[in-house]
Amino acid sequence: MTDLAATDPLPKPKRDLAPILLPVALALLMIPLIGSTSSWLTLTAASLAMGMMIFIMASGLTLVFGLMDVLNFGHGAFIAVGAYVATLVLAPFAASIQADSLWMNLAVLGPAALLSMAVSGALGLVVERVLILPVYGQHLKQILMTTGGLIVAEQTLYALWGPQIIPMPLPTSLRGSFILGDVAIAKYRVLAMLIGLAVFIAIQLVLNRTKLGLLIRAGVENREMVEALGYRIRRLFLGVFMTGSALAGLGGVMWALYREQVHASMSDDLTVLIFIVVIIGGLGSIGGCFIGAILVAMVANYGGFLVPKLALVSNILLMVAVLMWRPRGLYAVTSR
Amino acid sequence: MTDLLKLSGVHTHIGRYHILQGIDLAVPQGQVTMLLGRNGAGKTTTLRTIMGLWQASKGEITLAGERIESLATPDIARRGVGYVPESMAVFSDLTVKENLVLAARDGPLDDTQLDWIFGFFPALRRFWLSRAGSLSGGQKQMLSIARAIIEPRKLLLIDEPTKGLAPAIVMALIECLKEIKRKGATILLVEQNFFAARELGDTVLVMDNGTIVHRGEMAALAADVPLQERLLGLSLEAHQ
Repeated sequence: MTDLAATDPLPKPKRDLAPILLPVALALLMIPLIGSTSSWLTLTAASLAMGMMIFIMASGLTLVFGLMDVLNFGHGAFIAVGAYVATLVLAPFAASIQADSLWMNLAVLGPAALLSMAVSGALGLVVERVLILPVYGQHLKQILMTTGGLIVAEQTLYALWGPQIIPMPLPTSLRGSFILGDVAIAKYRVLAMLIGLAVFIAIQLVLNRTKLGLLIRAGVENREMVEALGYRIRRLFLGVFMTGSALAGLGGVMWALYREQVHASMSDDLTVLIFIVVIIGGLGSIGGCFIGAILVAMVANYGGFLVPKLALVSNILLMVAVLMWRPRGLYAVTSR
Repeated sequence: MTDLLKLSGVHTHIGRYHILQGIDLAVPQGQVTMLLGRNGAGKTTTLRTIMGLWQASKGEITLAGERIESLATPDIARRGVGYVPESMAVFSDLTVKENLVLAARDGPLDDTQLDWIFGFFPALRRFWLSRAGSLSGGQKQMLSIARAIIEPRKLLLIDEPTKGLAPAIVMALIECLKEIKRKGATILLVEQNFFAARELGDTVLVMDNGTIVHRGEMAALAADVPLQERLLGLSLEAHQ
């Protein structure tokens, strides 16, 4: 029988704040361990910037997982393609990038990022139609197909651009740091934080304020019922897949600028981080993905500073700890 | 009375299991057709096959004269078929309002229709902005039915709406379904609650092992205790 009669007052839905407080608690916990306030602030800013970039790359993947239960092991290809495409714009306009004018720098960076997103999004369309459509519902085949796609994409990038690492210097106006007392925060990290925050807010607005967003949220939870209401979820999925691919492309450009270099296998390490973020965030949860990305970046930065030898396994340990606490991730959206 | 929905020789396989084994049935326009049978007889599979959620491996399904067995689920829904699954399947992360906004596919919510629904299910008005996941089982069932009737539908497929609900809520649901019936809706209703079946049903189909083993008037089955015992293993009287 039901726990409430129709006329009984409804218990107020509980706000689950514990995952939100987790990065805050972790950051505060690190103050005494790190000792120096300026080092702590620098590491925290680095964590937030890195977390935002990982979030941008992972946000599409978590929706793809949640909405269609598709395991896309080739997501990293969009990151690398995005970064390489940006070089097509940045290389010919190197003079504008080196100019000491923020507006001139942005006038080149903006179109480069937009072109990267467009190409990655279009590649997403091809991958979904050619590689994923024939293997819906077949996880093993999805892994094989998308891993194969990643290898083909990487080898194509080698064939087109060569095996060498391509330098991608930061624009002049984004070099250096903002100095606040004895704290230095890199300008580019501030920009990364702002872009990441803007992407997060935009995704949240679409998901919570539009009918399209309602459909995505409903589809993540029960795609069969969404279809029974008359909506063609495959088209919706294609749109989400392309958007996720485009965001991965944007993330690729940002990551390449962060590292100041591009190479075809740049996404290999990132893919592991992204999967950890998606899993600990909870499949299909954008909020969980956001917090997960910040946590992963914090563990990498704080861990790398305090116990460098643990850096290689720190994120795996984080995933184990989170899944022991919440086996379906920080915010469980789907029942998978 | 014309038949709105007809199934002829419909077979459905799920994996290697042969669930529906040649279903022939007709649902007359403007009537409530009860689909009864023991657990595992194939009732839910029949509804899901009509809805296109499981593909019929053989046979014909006709809705208002049009073949629909090879259509995708969204296309069947767009032809005016509303579906209330056994699991209710409300979107628990969405509010009551958002659930209904999604169900009103072709435009904004119709206030007159909403008021009509709130007349049966006042709880939905009260919890309009609450997350559906925090509703009780009965309230979720109300929302699930409201979602199916928020827009005019040619045919409603409803799967065990009274399952697990308190008697007071069952009565409210029966009243709601009676009102929907009075408005001329055509309903194919799977139900294990024989009291509800007798109250609502015009005609009845009884399933066993993936086939229809009895068809007739609901009133006649309700009056024939030996027939109930033979077909269903229990009499209606045992459920009153």
